[in-house]
Amino acid sequence: MALSTEEVLSGLAELVNDETGIATDTIALDKSFTDDLDIDSISMMTIVVNAEEKFDVKIPDEDVANLKTVGDAVNYIVKAAA
Amino acid sequence: MFSLMAHQKIVVTGIGAFTPLGVNATDTWNNLLAGKSGARTIEKDYVAELDLPVTFAAQVVQNPDEILERVEVKRLDPSSQYALIAGREAFADAGSPTVDPGRLAVDWATGIGGIWTLVNAWEDLRQKGPRRVMPMTVPMLMPNGPAAAVGMDLHARAGIRTVVSACASSTESIVNAVEHLRAGYADVIIAGGSEAAVHPLPLASFAAMQALSKRNDDPVRASRPYDVDRDGFVLGEGAAALVLETEEHALARGARIYAEVIGGAVTSDAYHITAPDPEGSAAARAMKTAIEIGGAALTDVVHINAHATSTPVGDIAEYNALKRVFGDHLKNIAVTATKGATGHLLGGAGAIEALFTVMALHTRTVPPTINLDNLDPEIVLDVVTSPRQLPEGSLVAISNSFGFGGHNAVAAFRSYP
Repeated sequence: MALSTEEVLSGLAELVNDETGIATDTIALDKSFTDDLDIDSISMMTIVVNAEEKFDVKIPDEDVANLKTVGDAVNYIVKAAA
Repeated sequence: MFSLMAHQKIVVTGIGAFTPLGVNATDTWNNLLAGKSGARTIEKDYVAELDLPVTFAAQVVQNPDEILERVEVKRLDPSSQYALIAGREAFADAGSPTVDPGRLAVDWATGIGGIWTLVNAWEDLRQKGPRRVMPMTVPMLMPNGPAAAVGMDLHARAGIRTVVSACASSTESIVNAVEHLRAGYADVIIAGGSEAAVHPLPLASFAAMQALSKRNDDPVRASRPYDVDRDGFVLGEGAAALVLETEEHALARGARIYAEVIGGAVTSDAYHITAPDPEGSAAARAMKTAIEIGGAALTDVVHINAHATSTPVGDIAEYNALKRVFGDHLKNIAVTATKGATGHLLGGAGAIEALFTVMALHTRTVPPTINLDNLDPEIVLDVVTSPRQLPEGSLVAISNSFGFGGHNAVAAFRSYP
């Protein structure tokens, strides 16, 4: 199922907000999960697991470390869902 | 252990509660005095689905998600959510004291820990596989989770400690807090306990051991300590917190002082994993030590908040221990069993009962034991059934807690000034 960048960003922002309380409109493609959004590793894994279910994709643990920014995650999910 | 700073008085300067009787300490206390019960039918599908033998419990009266931030609710087991609510209230009630984080500590207990988290994670694992087990599962289910939640919230860096001793847990935490203050480890300690075990597994387990009342048709009358027709305890949930500090620290900041904690003691039966020692010698020694370590005489005691859970065996065993300690003076003591109203908060029971004991001394009013229609003829006690005024002067009261495992914990308090 093809997903657009906008769809994934919007869905991912909801998951981030749900886990951390960070306002969805501050969650942009160029934001770093750690440096900008202050998301710890446990929250990151929770978001990843929830994203796998929401977008019906697999995000192996070894790939999570490469998802530095929201944009990295959105691109990964878009490709994985294609 | 007490030699160095035994002269140091420890006082209660803040209280907080989130219980089946109210969302804060004031509502809880007022509803206790009014003779209300926190027990009601559990309005959840699991009761019928699982055909539970006990269909009621003493349940908190507000959903924590209406009080806490959404993210807090999401990342904390209910046992920690209740703790956070009561801990924050107590600290605010103490005037939110400015204290060096390195001198602020937490002694917080639970009997079971995060059972909702644990069982839900197991269901997720079985039904959806390991990938769907949430990464927050471990910190949410661990028994020190509630202590950590309270301590992180208040930036307590002088130690966040948890004891787990079943239904004696939070009295033991209060005893430990007194010891930690007297040893000089901290100036202010938030002490208390919480439990969120109104869950089908504990309900089924306690029912299996015939510990629970089965008065499904009459929940509010089910918990009836000392009554001849008592048939078991009523499972309760909630949290209570006390802010304890050295008198010196409290006076220096002009704090309101509810009462003094003069001492506490922990002993063990080493007799049976669940049954109390019918002789009650270790329980008696806990009471005697708690009073005497605080420099009081047994005859100073005017009020006891008993453990009395409303089980046929337990109430008698405690009575035997009381006779052993107080002898003839027992007839002069106003005894109350507040589990009649709150149900049994397990790891939170000692904390809420300590809070009631503190309030009894502070307001000089003993709260009632409800549902006592016919006093068990084997129990010769002055059980208070409607709010009773205590006299003027310096008064001592104790709060008893006993837990599976043979744990006995007693905290002793004195009116202040």
